[in-house]
Amino acid sequence: MSDEAATTSKSLFTPFNMVAGIIVILGLIVTVLRFTKGLGPVTNLSDYNPWGIWIGFDLLVGVALAAGGFVTSAAVYIFGMKKYHAAVRPAILTGFLGYALVVVALHYDVGRPWRLPYPFIMQQGTTSLLFEVAACVALYLTVLFIEFSPAAMEWLGLKRARSIVVRLTLLLTIFGVILSTLHQSSLGALFLIAPAKLHPLWYSPYLPVYFFVSAIIAGLSMVIFESTLSHQYFAHKMDETHLKEKDTVALGFGKAASLVLAGYFITKVIGISAGNNWHLLATHYGLWYLVELLGFVALPCFLYAVGVRDKNIKLIRWTAAWTVLGIMVNRLNISLVAFNWHLPSSERYFPHWMEIVISVFLVTVGIIAFRFIVTRMPILYSHPDYEDH
Amino acid sequence: MSITRRKFLSWLGAATAGTTLGKTASAASNKNFSGYPNSMGVLFDNTRCIGCRKCEEGCNTVNELPAPELPFDDLSILETKRRTTAKAYTIVNRYDTVSNARVKGPLYRKVQCNHCLEPACASACFVRAFTKTPKGAVIYDASVCVGCRYCMIACPFEIPTYEYDEPLTPRVMKCTLCSPRIEKGLLPGCVQACPTEALTFGKRTDLLDLARQRIAKFPDRYVDHIYGENEMGGTSWLYLSAVPYEEVGMREDLGITPAPNLTSGALLGVPIVAGLWPVLLTGIYAMSKRKEKIANQETAEAVAAAIEQTNAEAKAKHAKEVEQMQKMKQKEIENAVKKALEEAAKPEAEDASDTQTEEADKKPSEEDS
Repeated sequence: MSDEAATTSKSLFTPFNMVAGIIVILGLIVTVLRFTKGLGPVTNLSDYNPWGIWIGFDLLVGVALAAGGFVTSAAVYIFGMKKYHAAVRPAILTGFLGYALVVVALHYDVGRPWRLPYPFIMQQGTTSLLFEVAACVALYLTVLFIEFSPAAMEWLGLKRARSIVVRLTLLLTIFGVILSTLHQSSLGALFLIAPAKLHPLWYSPYLPVYFFVSAIIAGLSMVIFESTLSHQYFAHKMDETHLKEKDTVALGFGKAASLVLAGYFITKVIGISAGNNWHLLATHYGLWYLVELLGFVALPCFLYAVGVRDKNIKLIRWTAAWTVLGIMVNRLNISLVAFNWHLPSSERYFPHWMEIVISVFLVTVGIIAFRFIVTRMPILYSHPDYEDH
Repeated sequence: MSITRRKFLSWLGAATAGTTLGKTASAASNKNFSGYPNSMGVLFDNTRCIGCRKCEEGCNTVNELPAPELPFDDLSILETKRRTTAKAYTIVNRYDTVSNARVKGPLYRKVQCNHCLEPACASACFVRAFTKTPKGAVIYDASVCVGCRYCMIACPFEIPTYEYDEPLTPRVMKCTLCSPRIEKGLLPGCVQACPTEALTFGKRTDLLDLARQRIAKFPDRYVDHIYGENEMGGTSWLYLSAVPYEEVGMREDLGITPAPNLTSGALLGVPIVAGLWPVLLTGIYAMSKRKEKIANQETAEAVAAAIEQTNAEAKAKHAKEVEQMQKMKQKEIENAVKKALEEAAKPEAEDASDTQTEEADKKPSEEDS
């Protein structure tokens, strides 16, 4: 650990630290403004547009991209694909940090954040999809925390506690998949109540299915994407198994992502047919819909397939980044671009710069936390004193 | 107050039915909630409205809302299209070009909460801050509101507003149908203030009858559609218009499905997933475990077989080698014996010729090799 301290103090003014530092300071200033002046001065939210990027990006995109945790742990512990074992811990960590930041972001967005437990302790609005989302996110964050805890316990040397938690792995994994299925789909189902406000190309009774399936795609792609970045910056932290399994993970997850994208594409086409919305494709919104459907669903599906066939790891990695971007486009389309499409442009929403500052701030905090943890805890390598579980 | 057993049981029954079925979410059933019996409502007839903003003023007064920027008698504000805000529960908009030739001058539209029979806001609220009262009002309880603003997303009429500038106690603000006044037997503030009887307060069923009578009596004056009778499952506010509602800014594409029915299907998926996923996932786990076990077994068997085969091969090879060695030894012995015999015979032949002996010695050795 003394080594660690020495290197950090030596490299305090790296470009990364400088940029991150500026973002954190800006973020803290806006945080103070938000909680002293209210939502009005720091956001462009209005009575027509009650949800902005703190919901569209921080919540919807955040939760989708944090799906890697349940996808990877399910693959390894339930489906028995042991060859991806090295990917579990980084994925769980990414998921845990993602969900933690989603919950933090919600504290910024809701009017009275100290009341967030009210739906559970005061009155239960069980007819609300948001109740389901809140309950599942709260429970799943707990599950992710427990799933992540063995790494921290190995770091801290808590052998007995670790062995207890490790024995819960299968139970936690199953619980995690159930909760993820429920809230990933419910996030889409949130918009079912507003058919009059969401453009018919994006509004579909299948929204919950779309959100769940695309969350799997997001999870798979994020694992590849995150492993690419980790390899770039933390290769020295990786052990031999991790380095060896890295390409196996990219090939396997790329193949899975290609298949799920194909299924997703088909259900989307079925959705257009079921709503008989073909004629809308010839409008401006239709064009944008086609960009999403062809550019961010069909194209990555094809590129993943080519990458896997040719064992072209580089192509798979670029495709993963593209797919992650596609998930962002989809979530922002549904929550912001195609939402309130009927309103005149003067009433439409565009984020205030301070809203963007908070979103960037939270992502930065996530990256800093990720770096802090992987440089200290056994995430990218197996701890020599402990057996894999 | 004494509670009889019968009363207690009926409460229990109602509570169970309320939590399990919930009248706000019953999509796949033949049940239909058409409003509380004897609930109240308001009928707005736009052929009678003169756009005087007296209703806005009345609302402002009885709800003790902050004073507006322009006084209520300043009608220049009608030049712009407004919406409800946190400071105005109701507003009036003017529409100048209308298609009905019988209408002289502009038409007005009064905007406020429509008090749906099955409100989207109440269905969407995860802390049940909204209640549809038996009298017809949809009321809001700020003491539990978290401020997620999902009600504003859900409302098809875009009515609820938010106090964005309140840092600590922001509330959702919307028309209450003057619920406290109704309970006291008073008229809603806007209805009381209306000088032209464009607003009529009464039992919703009576108002529907009244509206039908007016349409029947003056078929040229009205479009044959009572807005709010079926929109989004029906609303406590009802409207009569001289022109299609689209022309006065009212959406006619909302459909007649009550908002809770839009999400009840998705909610039905929850128990299915929660019930079946554990079974399915445990099954998959068991299968993958079994596959692994069988694979391990097969590997073990294959290894054992391979070892056995190798052993057998090694044994056979060994036996062969032993045999060969034995043969070689045998030959060596034979040779040695032969040599010994020859050597024994040598002294006798030595006398005959030296060269002959050497040749005889060489030949057998060549044959051996």
